[in-house]
Amino acid sequence: MPLLSIDNLGVAFETPDGEVQAVNGLSFAVEPGETLAIVGESGSGKSQTAFATMGLLARNGHATGRVTFDGRDLIGLGERELNRIRGDAMSMIFQDPMTSLNPYLKIGPQMTEIFQLHKGVGRRQARAEAVRMLDAVRIPDARARLDQYPHEFSGGMRQRIMIAMALLCRPKLLIADEPTTALDVTVQAQILKLLAEIRAEFGTAMILITHDLGIVADTCDRTLVMYGGRVMERGPTDTLFARPSHPYTVGLMRAVPRLDVDQDDLLTIPGEPPDMSRLPGGCPFAPRCAHMREVCRDVMPPLEPYGALHRACHAPPAEVETEAVR
Amino acid sequence: MTSFILRRLAVAIPTLLALIVFSFLLMEFSPGSPFATERGIPPAVMANLEAKYGLDRSLIERMGIYVWNIVSGFDFGPSFSFSNRSVNDIIAQGFPVTLTYGFWSFVVAVLVGVTLGAFAAIRHNSVLDYAAVGVTVGAQVLPNFVMAPILVLVFTLWLGWLPGGGWQGGQIEYIILPVIALSTSYMASIARITRSSMLETLNAGFVRTARAKGLPMRRVILRHALKPAMLPVVSYLGPAFVGMITGSVVIDVFFSTGGIGQFFVNSALSRDYSVILGITILFGALTIFFNLLVDVAYAWIDPKIRY
Repeated sequence: MPLLSIDNLGVAFETPDGEVQAVNGLSFAVEPGETLAIVGESGSGKSQTAFATMGLLARNGHATGRVTFDGRDLIGLGERELNRIRGDAMSMIFQDPMTSLNPYLKIGPQMTEIFQLHKGVGRRQARAEAVRMLDAVRIPDARARLDQYPHEFSGGMRQRIMIAMALLCRPKLLIADEPTTALDVTVQAQILKLLAEIRAEFGTAMILITHDLGIVADTCDRTLVMYGGRVMERGPTDTLFARPSHPYTVGLMRAVPRLDVDQDDLLTIPGEPPDMSRLPGGCPFAPRCAHMREVCRDVMPPLEPYGALHRACHAPPAEVETEAVR
Repeated sequence: MTSFILRRLAVAIPTLLALIVFSFLLMEFSPGSPFATERGIPPAVMANLEAKYGLDRSLIERMGIYVWNIVSGFDFGPSFSFSNRSVNDIIAQGFPVTLTYGFWSFVVAVLVGVTLGAFAAIRHNSVLDYAAVGVTVGAQVLPNFVMAPILVLVFTLWLGWLPGGGWQGGQIEYIILPVIALSTSYMASIARITRSSMLETLNAGFVRTARAKGLPMRRVILRHALKPAMLPVVSYLGPAFVGMITGSVVIDVFFSTGGIGQFFVNSALSRDYSVILGITILFGALTIFFNLLVDVAYAWIDPKIRY
């Protein structure tokens, strides 16, 4: 049985300009211990998927569909029940470590409160556990640093602290929402390595949300490519990277700068990301797609198996794949 | 922190001195005299009076003696219009009254304002929020000198629940109306500041982190959001305190509470120099002290502020 299964998830926001559909008919599953990457540009709905799963949607947003975690349906679950799960069996780290720690509280209490809350232990035991976890994320001199405030740490250190905090209760699932986007490149690599090691040690499943394909190739078992709130393509990372069969995936791959060939220009996907408040009726990628057909404008293609992958595209795979090779 | 407080206190001394000199000169150049009457006083009597109160000396001499008496013995001199009372006596009589209802006004303004503002933010765009915003807008446009007569009209003349003035040693029913009149507009400002800063704080990344930890909302707000949301409120408390001091003059006069503001107004009318100066210096010292408290509170809330 999958640890997390998401079935036909929709996330919509009420805005003054009308309803904005951020996520539409999204389905996927995460097995215990595995790593799933959700890839897409800004506004593709990947973060909102994570927030919907954690019950952290903004006040004007609501989720539909089914999110089953560890045998329980999270959508429609009361705040009380949800609070027993989040932070404990399922936790999350955020994009910007500069703002996700409370600047007015010392690191110690911020870490211990989550352990005390979920495990019902005393402060001393929680503190010992926090020190152990800070050691695990390689914060030197952890015991003394518990009494420091977030502004006394660098960005990379703060993200380590966030990771330590998120893993304190040994969750079964960790959702990492662009955990390295706000960090220096050198620090990025360290954090990713750390995440991989710690995950392996604790057997935590992870959803890694990112727009950086380089990260995905190294760290994730399976990949899901999102565009305009919908799944474009998903499958094992190896296969997806070796033979992408969706025009959007192909475009993303080609947009990654290469060091081994002489490139004058960076390749981009022509056009703009869609306006989520005025999505076209058919495939959201259609207006930017080189393989667009008449049918694409009106009919969203279903997600269908193709070899090890699933793809949602009206164009035949062969046609798309030749472009990828070119 | 200790050195910061000591430094601030050291700066307070020249500030107070400047205040004394400035007030002294203002009094000197204002027309009129404490001894002026309709009929006029014979020159010989006037000379005697001036000699008694030291007014025959030069300005510099008088100022020097005045400052020296304060510094050496906390003595603000005799009153000019109450023949056998000193300024110290008058302050000792009136200040406890002002302090009593001033303290409660402050407590009410902060507690009610913060609670109202915080709940409005937590229930953003709900009926409660709209009601709170409505009440605070209404309350903010009612300054104390408008509130006071309205309160007396309603609670004293119409309903007859509370006395419309007097003090009676500070019995509770005499305190209520002055406190409401003085605190309402500050309560409203504090509520509005709290609401907007709480709204901002609730959208902060660290509040989302706190929710992602599984903390109940009550705990998220009390432990994570309240402190940062209080920062703008704390910085407003300085000006609010000064406003309440001036407001106390209105309250004292309107409710005849016998507080220090009543003496302040009467002494200004009768050119009772020493009483005006004494109360001015007292208010100045209080303002300086209170702003110091605000700065200390600021540093206590925000760990990034170190003096």
